[in-house]
Amino acid sequence: MELGKSIGLEMGVATRDAFGKTLEEMGAEIENIVVVDGDVHDSTRTRFFKNAFPERFFNVGIAESNLVGIASGLAASGKQPLAASFAAFLLCNAYDQIRMGIAYPRLDVKLVGSHSGISLGQDGPSQMAIEDLALAASLPYFTVLVPADEHAAVWATRAMFDHHGPVYLRTGRPDAPQVYNVDSTFQLGKANVVREGNDLTIVACGLMVAIALEAAHTLSQQGIEARVLDMHTVKPIDHAAIEKAALETGAILTAEEHSIVGGLGAAVAQIVTAKQPVPMTYVAIMDEYAESGDPDDLFDKYGISAKHIVQKTTELLDRKQAS
Amino acid sequence: MQTSADLNQRTIKDLRRISHKLSKQIIEITTRAGSGHPSSSLSMIDILTALYFSGVMHYDPHRPQWLERDRFILSKGHGAPGLYVTLAEAGYFDADLLPTLRQTGSPVEGHPNMRALPGVEASTGSLGQGLSIGLGHALAARLDGQTYRVYVIIGDGEADEGQIWEATMAAAKYKVDNLTLIVDNNHYQQTGAVEDIMPVLTPFMEKWRAFDWYTHEIDGHDMQKIVSSLEMMKSVSGQPQVIVAHTKKGKGLSPFEADETSHKHGKTLTKEEAQVALSELDDMYADLD
Ligand SMILES: Cc1ncc(C[n+]2csc(CCOP(=O)(O)OP(=O)(O)O)c2C)c(N)n1
Ligand SMILES: [Mg+2]
Repeated sequence: MELGKSIGLEMGVATRDAFGKTLEEMGAEIENIVVVDGDVHDSTRTRFFKNAFPERFFNVGIAESNLVGIASGLAASGKQPLAASFAAFLLCNAYDQIRMGIAYPRLDVKLVGSHSGISLGQDGPSQMAIEDLALAASLPYFTVLVPADEHAAVWATRAMFDHHGPVYLRTGRPDAPQVYNVDSTFQLGKANVVREGNDLTIVACGLMVAIALEAAHTLSQQGIEARVLDMHTVKPIDHAAIEKAALETGAILTAEEHSIVGGLGAAVAQIVTAKQPVPMTYVAIMDEYAESGDPDDLFDKYGISAKHIVQKTTELLDRKQAS
Repeated sequence: MQTSADLNQRTIKDLRRISHKLSKQIIEITTRAGSGHPSSSLSMIDILTALYFSGVMHYDPHRPQWLERDRFILSKGHGAPGLYVTLAEAGYFDADLLPTLRQTGSPVEGHPNMRALPGVEASTGSLGQGLSIGLGHALAARLDGQTYRVYVIIGDGEADEGQIWEATMAAAKYKVDNLTLIVDNNHYQQTGAVEDIMPVLTPFMEKWRAFDWYTHEIDGHDMQKIVSSLEMMKSVSGQPQVIVAHTKKGKGLSPFEADETSHKHGKTLTKEEAQVALSELDDMYADLD
């Protein structure tokens, strides 16, 4: 994908790569970290940890339910386990095990799902997680992190081990444009304003942050200044930033590489409607499965490209005007 | 005068001719697509050829939903290219579609989608699920008084999944004898050898025998053996059957064998490697000319 190029963002590495490298570093810092894999450490990038700390790495085969159960037991006996697979297989195949083995007993297990969203492209819907945020966020006590680029992914990987309790970290397959730099700062549960503006707010996460910035650039040429909020912590979500955005910009568009049902948009809407009702609209996958194809084509075809953000903004601002 | 043995030999030759063609197509379309799983497709292509073209399976490509058809379920959905070239050869859809593999808008998707292409009996790609689906079809046949048979192919690594063993037990409980499972025992999974990743998983025979399945072991590239064992399974009564097919991931072609970790799992050949593989395939079938 060539995201961000038109607005001068430099291409970085994929969030799964930044995660994998940081996990390796953390393995040296925290001896208690144990990694459990389901025959996909080459894809998830836990292979860096595997190569560095083979004695603390378990490949339990293609068996996601078992993977999660083992992580649960490791945590209950005081280890700091991280279980990783494709987001789709981890969340969907092992959901009950995550619920009973991690969420309900509130165990300190880190789950990492790679190949999220539709940006994995050619492998198609069986491998594409478009439900994982809804699934993870619906579990009590879970923290849900969606890094936008490599810098955010480095932070998120460290932050999840600083945090005591279950965390789901969502990573992606393709290289991601750099929204941040090495000096950028993050705080768990606090959204980052990555662009200022007062005509509307675009709340985005993951790759959609770069796409939101592209859209904001186009809108700016039309005299519309969009604030862009990176909601890297989808749960617990930043109530204050959302209320402030609603109050100050009067219109909110959410953008996510996920189903419209139960993801970022739904979480933002809950706060907006309860605290500061303003017109809202959603850029997400509209309750359907995508298909195999080139990621750029798919973003276009399934309605989550910058073009769609711009189109929906026009309609949103009409409603803002009318209200 | 032709003896039945001669006739049989001719059929085997014809089948090998088809397998040669389909093997080439797998390499061509995956190299063209630039992503996908050629080695996983090649290890089972002789089995697919036998299922669809020896007369083992009853089906009608013009009536993909014909109630009495035998069903084939590719549980290891990443072998989709192998399934697609087989279904096109069988006449379910035009072979012109094959080069559109994995392109936006094409029904020839990265993994099988039963709503996109005729002949695809299950949407797969998340491993471990096809045997249960096959058992569902087999039970439906019993309920409807039908005699159709169900064939399922799983990968050897796929048998890591607990659901395979859940379905194994349930199939034995209900004594479905219209269900034949074929294990593509190619000895590699995604990140290494099956024997390393899950050492006690193999050998398979004794495991399925312990669950009261009828078990049979073959060389999964010996066309004669594949056809005769598939035919033999039809006469087993009161038991589900498993054929453990010993295969080569990449069908023994050197560009795949060169990767000692996983025989190029999920990796396509470059144009140059594809040329090598194609010419090795021609050598493999040179006796047919
Ligand atoms: C539930 C699930 N977990 C992980 C994967 C990723 N994956 C795709 S193929 C594969 C290895 C399969 O090995 P095997 O069953 O031996 O098939 P082969 O390619 O060797 O025929 C893995 C782990 C998947 N598709 N589904
Ligand atoms: Mg295998």
